[in-house]
Amino acid sequence: MTRELAHLSDEALVALAARSEQTALAELYDRYGRPAYGLALRILRDEALAEDAVQDGFMAVWKTAARFAPERGKASTWILTIVHRRAVDVVRREQRRRADSLDVAPEQGGGAADDEAWLRLQRERVQAALRQLPDQQREALELAYYGGFTQSELAERLGQPIGTIKSRMFMGLARLRELLGDLAMEKTWTSTT
Amino acid sequence: MDVHDLTPAYALDALDAPERESYEAHLGHCERCREELAELSEAAAALAWAVDAPAPPDRLRARILQEAGAGRENVVPLRARRAWQGVAAVAACAAVGLGIWGATLSHSLDRERARASALAIVADPTARRADLSGGRGVVAVARDGRGVLVVRELPAAPAGKTYEAWVIPQGGRAVPAGTFAGGTSTAVVPLAARVTQGAVVAATIERTGGVAQPTSRPVLSART
Repeated sequence: MTRELAHLSDEALVALAARSEQTALAELYDRYGRPAYGLALRILRDEALAEDAVQDGFMAVWKTAARFAPERGKASTWILTIVHRRAVDVVRREQRRRADSLDVAPEQGGGAADDEAWLRLQRERVQAALRQLPDQQREALELAYYGGFTQSELAERLGQPIGTIKSRMFMGLARLRELLGDLAMEKTWTSTT
Repeated sequence: MDVHDLTPAYALDALDAPERESYEAHLGHCERCREELAELSEAAAALAWAVDAPAPPDRLRARILQEAGAGRENVVPLRARRAWQGVAAVAACAAVGLGIWGATLSHSLDRERARASALAIVADPTARRADLSGGRGVVAVARDGRGVLVVRELPAAPAGKTYEAWVIPQGGRAVPAGTFAGGTSTAVVPLAARVTQGAVVAATIERTGGVAQPTSRPVLSART
């Protein structure tokens, strides 16, 4: 399939989506639909619920694109945050949360081989950074982000004071950010033409 | 309770509804928290990429685009591309008829083979990796020195121009390593020159066909 907007930055695509360019929404979905769905599925463990969360999330992107503020962060962060919020709200409502790790679904194709290669690189990189975190910090991040637990629930579950949980989450995120600091995907393309 | 403390939990969506509400109210007038939240949210969102999951079904994309089209007026619809695809198909048939096909085929088979081995290097956990500065992407180098450049969202090269990859060994001159077009979401470029330890891999914009030595500043580079 031809992706005529494939060369545009995420932020430019969001600006086009704000002007009701459907092609821009399609391109954003082609870039972030896959990680968004993987995330929703990891949290919800149900394909239909995950699809609904991603659909709701992308509709929110489409409807609120005009309010996206590039100086506040990257468009990819904004999109994944929206989908994450949808999935967490559903998992709490449905009481579906489980802390056990997901049975890893076999890797399936679906995207172009080049995009698959890129996804794999990103996955390895973030997984490697996660492995470098102290166990307790990693546990706090994973239970909160993938499990949908609130910090109070985590405190209770892990038998720790809430202050300890807060500090593990803060340290974990700060360290993760440091480890991923030079992450290629953080950098914006600087045009040279 | 100090509301500033809620930033990491908010970034992870780990607040209950009342806490979330009070934090969002606070955010409106706390620049420090807005800055910290921006940083921690980037780290939190990175966790989305660590999930190993199957691709979404194609129907999800269709559902989203359909709903987007239905819900708003003045939507600029997806462009119809069938006419052009038709032209391309006709051109392909004509090429077969003219006997050009054989030459193109062997060329494209070579390309396919090079691509397959490039993808294998990217997937190789023992390959060394270096992030690109100047663009989104990485260079992956297998232990035998075969390298691959992976670039995201690279604008198409201007008319009459191409991207040209270079391998610059430490203390040495730039060695041409192949040309590529850009304009795709991901470009996987097998490097035609061996990447020695510490070499810089770079790309410049050159005239179509490529040149023997770079004539412009690199648009992206990485030290391996």
